[in-house]
Amino acid sequence: MISALFSNILVLCGLAVIAAILLYITSQKFKMEKSPIEEAIYNALPHANCGACGKAGCQDFASACYKADQEEFETLKCPVGGSNVMAKIADIKGMKAGTMQRTCAVLRCNGTCKNAPDKMEYTGLKSCRVANTVMSGRSGCPNGCLRFGDCVKVCQFGALSLNKETGIPIIDYTKCTSCGKCVQRCPRGLFEIRPIEEGKQVYVACRNQQKGAVARKNCTAACIACGKCAKINPLIVVENNLAYIPTTVSAVADGEKLAAECPVKAIQYRQNMQENKHEN
Amino acid sequence: MKTKTFALGGIHLNKHKISARIGIEELDLPDVVYIPVKQHIGAPAKIVVKSGDKVKVGTLLAEADGKVSARVVSSISGEVCKIEEINNGQGYLETVITIKREGDEFEDNMDMSDKIISEISDNRDELLEAIKNAGIVGMGGAGFPTPIKSEIPEGKKADTLIINGIECEPYLTADCRLMEEKSEQIVIGARILNKILGIQNAIIAIDENKRRSIARLRHITKEYVGVNVQPCKSIYPQGGEKQLINAITGREVPSGKLPIDVNCVVQNVATVYAVYEAVQKHIPLFRRVLTVSGNIDWNPCNYLVRIGTPISFILEKNKIQMDKVGKVLIGGPMMGQAISSLDAPVTKTTSGITVFSEQTSRKPETTACIRCGKCVDSCPMGLMPLNIRQAVENNDLNEMKKLHIQDCILCGCCSYICPAKIPLLDYCKIGKYELTKQSKKA
Repeated sequence: MISALFSNILVLCGLAVIAAILLYITSQKFKMEKSPIEEAIYNALPHANCGACGKAGCQDFASACYKADQEEFETLKCPVGGSNVMAKIADIKGMKAGTMQRTCAVLRCNGTCKNAPDKMEYTGLKSCRVANTVMSGRSGCPNGCLRFGDCVKVCQFGALSLNKETGIPIIDYTKCTSCGKCVQRCPRGLFEIRPIEEGKQVYVACRNQQKGAVARKNCTAACIACGKCAKINPLIVVENNLAYIPTTVSAVADGEKLAAECPVKAIQYRQNMQENKHEN
Repeated sequence: MKTKTFALGGIHLNKHKISARIGIEELDLPDVVYIPVKQHIGAPAKIVVKSGDKVKVGTLLAEADGKVSARVVSSISGEVCKIEEINNGQGYLETVITIKREGDEFEDNMDMSDKIISEISDNRDELLEAIKNAGIVGMGGAGFPTPIKSEIPEGKKADTLIINGIECEPYLTADCRLMEEKSEQIVIGARILNKILGIQNAIIAIDENKRRSIARLRHITKEYVGVNVQPCKSIYPQGGEKQLINAITGREVPSGKLPIDVNCVVQNVATVYAVYEAVQKHIPLFRRVLTVSGNIDWNPCNYLVRIGTPISFILEKNKIQMDKVGKVLIGGPMMGQAISSLDAPVTKTTSGITVFSEQTSRKPETTACIRCGKCVDSCPMGLMPLNIRQAVENNDLNEMKKLHIQDCILCGCCSYICPAKIPLLDYCKIGKYELTKQSKKA
């Protein structure tokens, strides 16, 4: 009895030793050379694995940084970490980091429950994607926010939340990392990543391409394409019954005036936007 | 009576055909009609009238634009008010031609008498031209232009024409009434299509529960060569094109292929009746039969209405108590779509209006999937809706393709049968939508 037990233990231990030796040999033979610099770069990254940089993940970004020469390195940016992280990586590599414009996502719709009241009752699946396939929108606006919050579910950083009063999502720009997940997910394409200049930002919060009178029937905050903003800054495009402020328009110079002049208050102007909080 | 049916899945529904014994009644003419220029699959028709023009019933309003398109004719006589954009029921705007009614005059060449003409012209092109000029599209719901379906592409051959008189949607009885009241016309229409296709084999498929229609058509087909009646088992979705082909001929339409690839052409009975009117009586498609039914306490009806009549007008004429209504659907309860505006007009493809009470129009609470596989058993296309749901939730396009989501016919069997009340059909719908969007991008 005891001898049987003993032999069992012996056999298993023997197998373990053989396996360990085999594993050691293979690990030595197929060893991947990993440079300590790449490792250091990887450790400096925020590890969000969001893919906002355009790479498959943080590991991929780290190896791209490691391989890059000066010129290429300047094009590599980690939007989540921001300029601080890129400066750290530049220190590790001994190179100069590219300049980074601070950005955040904006919602180009102001169709709140008050501005664009519900015209119908939707009883289907509570998801923007589903609602978008069967109807134009609860308020009747075919381009506006559907107010079911698919974007909130997709945000990894908790920067989005549905405002219970207005119904539309609000963006916490201190948490937003411009990863672009919401831009991809919104079936109406309402999100846009826009630069922040000295804590100031200006954009048209409307995507409705219907004629002014039709659009106003559904939403009081709809852009009517009057063209007033285009007179203030000729860079602004008024097309398909909709104004669009290109990112080249300076929020610092024109922002306040644009927002004040807009007769339907479709132009949103934000100031005193604080720096991103999470910089690890 | 030997019945046929399809091989896979299907569900048994309570049919609720409450209006089956109520004859077709001609609805009063509305004062204004809104005629959409796009009532079919394909390019919208090109408008040829302008506001201020006087039109009669049958006057051409919009010409077919391109190959896959269909003409639109006026459904009342009067004056073209304006060309505007109105809510199409789903909230989207669509271009309509608004006509204000003055009297009721018809174009001169239209033969509005009741006389049945059974002599068919031998000139195939002439027949096809007549169908084209009448602007006929598939009236079962999809709205595919009929002339294109009737012209066999080169290298392909048709050997069976199936006339779809199944009407497997609950509540709807428009096709059933049409088969009973206009049976001879339908048989002649089938013979016209036979001639165009160059075959002698038309099969009128009817649900076994429409006994009077079957008896009537059987009696009439004795006098005509090349048209037969085939009763089919009363199971949903027997009226699906692919299911019907499988039931009648035993052939299976391969994934991504059309019925013509298995030598079949399927036409709805309402379409066939329209073909008869167009060819024999020179009446273009300006009216259709539709059922107004539902589960609230009122009179269900089968109406012959002019295309473009606002739905609110029909419901008003039906003396419906709007405060009891929870939901109005265009089509039947299985595949119909809820509408958000009653101003939406009747189109060539509107086979019925179903009205539900407040209580029954709510969606039930969903619980977790228990992977019982009932949806898989019921799917007539042999798909796996539970896995499709997972793929759609993860937005995994490759997985969706692997699960053949594009073959889904959106019949709704899976949602109906699901014990957890998961809206599986909705997931299939978004999946299909997202795949089409992606393939358009690529």
